[in-house]
Amino acid sequence: MRHLLSTKDLTKSDAILILDTAAQMAATQEREVRKLPTLRGKTVVNLFFEDSTRTRISFEAAAKRLSADVINFSAKGSSVSKGESLKDTALTLQAMGADAVVVRHWASGAAYQLAHGGWLHGSVLNAGDGTHQHPTQSLLDAFTIRKHLVTSPLGADLNGLTVAIVGDVLHSRVARSNVHLLHTLGAKVVLVAPATLVPVGIDPWPCDVVHTLDEAIESYDIDALMMLRVQRERMTGGGSAFFPSPAEYTRIYGLDGDRLRRLPDHAIVMHPGPMNRGLEISAEAADSPRSVIVEQVANGVAVRMAALYLLLAGEEAAQ
Amino acid sequence: MTGTIMGAADVSRALTRIAHEIVERNDGAADVVLMGIPSRGLPLAHRLAQRIAEIEPGFDAEAATGALDITMYRDDLFKNPTRTIGTTTVPAVGIDDAVVVLVDDVFHTGRTIRAALDAIRDLGRPRAVQLATLVDRGHRELPIRADFVGKNIPTARSERVDVRVEEIDGEDAVVLRKGE
Repeated sequence: MRHLLSTKDLTKSDAILILDTAAQMAATQEREVRKLPTLRGKTVVNLFFEDSTRTRISFEAAAKRLSADVINFSAKGSSVSKGESLKDTALTLQAMGADAVVVRHWASGAAYQLAHGGWLHGSVLNAGDGTHQHPTQSLLDAFTIRKHLVTSPLGADLNGLTVAIVGDVLHSRVARSNVHLLHTLGAKVVLVAPATLVPVGIDPWPCDVVHTLDEAIESYDIDALMMLRVQRERMTGGGSAFFPSPAEYTRIYGLDGDRLRRLPDHAIVMHPGPMNRGLEISAEAADSPRSVIVEQVANGVAVRMAALYLLLAGEEAAQ
Repeated sequence: MTGTIMGAADVSRALTRIAHEIVERNDGAADVVLMGIPSRGLPLAHRLAQRIAEIEPGFDAEAATGALDITMYRDDLFKNPTRTIGTTTVPAVGIDDAVVVLVDDVFHTGRTIRAALDAIRDLGRPRAVQLATLVDRGHRELPIRADFVGKNIPTARSERVDVRVEEIDGEDAVVLRKGE
């Protein structure tokens, strides 16, 4: 692996290798000394053109735990606000000797352009590009699902599990990444969304689509229920163009205590964060013992450590 | 000299002797923790622990054996293809104030042991660290020595020493091969 751009590029064995490596990384994070010398002397640049708290902090923590040097770059207050192009920014980072660039961008395909534009020698990790992909998020979701629902997780896939992804699929790079990764790992994926929030051309996606959460709970044995954030900042008209009212969205797609109790006993509740409490998920569901939302954040650091290790260690990365 | 240097009986005798040496050196085995370096150091550590338990009845072989994966501490990570990270398990009692005996199959340049010493530093502060190895083939690149050696085998740098263990390879043997 040279770049991590999309979960569509990952084979099943690639994905399992990342998850297994993440499990070893997670084990090191329970020690007294959590820092490893593995990536000493490597430089990781966090290049963020879009706001983010947990992904940026998570990548920063992951790089620092592996002893890499971290340079944070956010578009606000940088030369980008003076009109610098992605190419010139990339050339600047190359000149500073970046071994890996973690990029978040509002444009779908920005990470691919950065990786294949010939501007950088280092590895590119996609930390979310527009409404396209967010591979490390779906890897941490798969890691969390495997840890909770597979008896001996190391080396295993997700065969036989059913994962329902509920909500704003149209604007969600998390949903796109997860559909492909979970399918590659052998899980069945069910998307639950109003017709207005289902992307055009979804037919070839390897998943089922239903249009109410109640229907999904009744028709499938759901092992993991993943609630998506309603991304109002990406909706022209602030959401009113996609569903009549927040109250109606909550009534049909929101996860509350009642729906939570109708899930199988072992089912877990996930959310990529940040949550709109009271809109797509009630406080009761978010804070229930079956919610693994806080654990997802911890697993995110381990998965990103694994991705950085697999991309940066090894002779190809040494140039 | 190439071919099989040690057979199953030789390996067994060497491990029995090392177990006695460990007990003798440490006046018993009360604080001894064995850390095997995967892959082949790990089964050897378990066998040494069983033999120590036979000599010292109070010694709990299972509870005093762990695995120490050193991949993330290697100094050649950027000169080789990406390595898969193995499992590290530390005995429940921890290694603080214990006598940690590192167990490896072949002692060669000393770089693996250097990495292991770094890894141990992140796990705790043992009272002492000792090194047990089934084969010492020489060619040290660092000032590190072994405390317990199964067999010293003079080798040329180009030769290869393969240790085969029952648990992984289906037989116990030490084989010396000509380098390509």
